[in-house]
Amino acid sequence: MHYRRAWVLGDHVDTDAIIAARYLITSNPRRLAPHVLEDLRADFCEQVAFGDFLVAGRNFGCGSSREHAPLAIRATGVAAVVAASFSRIFCRNAFNTGLLALRSPQAAAGVREGDRLRLDLKRGVIENGDQKTEYAIEPLDPFLMELVAGGGLIARVRRQLGT
Amino acid sequence: MGMTLSEKILAAHAGRHVLRPGQIVEARADLLMANDITAPLAIDAFKDTGALKVFDPDRVVLIADHFTPNKDLATARQVRKMLDFAAAQMLTHRFEGGRAGVEHVLLPEQGLALPGEIIAGADSHTSTMGACGAWAVGVGSTDIGAAMATGKVWFKVPATLRVELTGSLGPWSSAKDLALEMLRRLGPDGADYLALEFHGPLAGRLSMSQRQCLANMAVEAGAKTGIFGVDDITRDYLADRARRPWQAVAPDPDAVYHDTITINADGLGPLIARPHSPYDVAPAGESSREAINQVFIGSCTNGRLDDLRQAAAVLQGRQVHSRVRLIVLPATPAIYRQALKEGVLETIVEAGGQVGPPSCGPCLGGHLGVLAPGEVAVATSNRNFIGRMGHRTSRVYLAGPMVAAASAVLGRVASPEEL
Repeated sequence: MHYRRAWVLGDHVDTDAIIAARYLITSNPRRLAPHVLEDLRADFCEQVAFGDFLVAGRNFGCGSSREHAPLAIRATGVAAVVAASFSRIFCRNAFNTGLLALRSPQAAAGVREGDRLRLDLKRGVIENGDQKTEYAIEPLDPFLMELVAGGGLIARVRRQLGT
Repeated sequence: MGMTLSEKILAAHAGRHVLRPGQIVEARADLLMANDITAPLAIDAFKDTGALKVFDPDRVVLIADHFTPNKDLATARQVRKMLDFAAAQMLTHRFEGGRAGVEHVLLPEQGLALPGEIIAGADSHTSTMGACGAWAVGVGSTDIGAAMATGKVWFKVPATLRVELTGSLGPWSSAKDLALEMLRRLGPDGADYLALEFHGPLAGRLSMSQRQCLANMAVEAGAKTGIFGVDDITRDYLADRARRPWQAVAPDPDAVYHDTITINADGLGPLIARPHSPYDVAPAGESSREAINQVFIGSCTNGRLDDLRQAAAVLQGRQVHSRVRLIVLPATPAIYRQALKEGVLETIVEAGGQVGPPSCGPCLGGHLGVLAPGEVAVATSNRNFIGRMGHRTSRVYLAGPMVAAASAVLGRVASPEEL
């Protein structure tokens, strides 16, 4: 797996900054994707490449419950959001819809804008190719591990219902 | 070791005798709710489960409120999708057009938010209904889609922060000032993953509307919900409304709280939250005199009858400043009708304000009052993040209805004491 670029954001990035409500006239992720982080940093959507990482501080995704936020981030090609902490609804929306939301205060403190990162989920670390270091990812609750491994919430319900 | 209100309600719905913070459980939901933004995704998720019928057509509520009346073709399609689904599933409670209002105000008014029940809503401000003693929690669309099939939602049991409300509100202060003071103290994640439980002598004197204002803004501090215990004010409110029998739940006397904070209303002047942070709270009037272009009075935070009455009392016999557009949206049709009967709306219109239909519209920069580049607004809603009400260079101050009305008259951020 190749190293990919980190886009570094601050604390308390809210869902209005991730995808402004004026774009919620559609729930099509591909139509939402060109507007991700538009009001916060316009260069993101112009330059983001498949497999890149968003690295944020505390409370990423605070604000509204809009699931459009993780869906739109995923549609930009971002491989994972790494943050010191996540707002609760964003976190559950991410797990339910298959966007990797990884908690790593170490990475949030250490990663610099433009660093090249690589994710090793088996070892539970993020490798920083530029700084030649790595950061631990906080382990997930067993329920959430099972949810992600089983393909998300809808897949879980399908198994329950036998549909 | 006893349990808090949240732990008791969750335990009862998860079939457990005892629950402790941090556990993840699947709980039975008494009511599910989605709106015109979140329902289309929830409907897709429901269909993806392979289920054909919702678990109970009496317990799934769909409301068109965010872009209502339909703003454009795209939003009209979203509402159509929601209404077609509601008709096909024969849902008892679907609200659109002249029967729709801001969801978190409409559901309690309709007697659908009941003590001890779990309400899962695909909207962050679902917590508002904690005013009625319900455990009301904002979730995502996929959660609602899955729960429409199973009747269940997964939750991590939150620890509980006890909020003691003491003292008395002054003549120019409102529940919004208590909420803003709470946010100043807690910050954007000071209640991250906690449930707020409101207590104290002042909590017992707050009206249902004031309680809704506080429970509403609990989520701005990262809280999972905000909940009040049941008392005579709750019983009176529900007496002619409750759609189902309900039972009061009280926290155990030996319940364990994560922490306690006390908010004293004595001497708490009218407050504002400055752009672009609900936590940058300062006294109204002295902290900013910035000229404004718009005032919005409404939303799930402050669009109820007492809010409109307070605004009208300030506007009575005065004129809205020539530079300012004042937009007032009563939160529900019943509030609209009563405000019409009482002459509250007449006062607002005579002062030069515009009264629009119940809608979330301007709060989220949706429609019915979107801000142009560089414009400044005072709003009674709950968030003032960058771009929240329109262009990214627009700026929003949050305040209660009296501060908002005074600002409309003076054409700048102001306190009602200045009039």
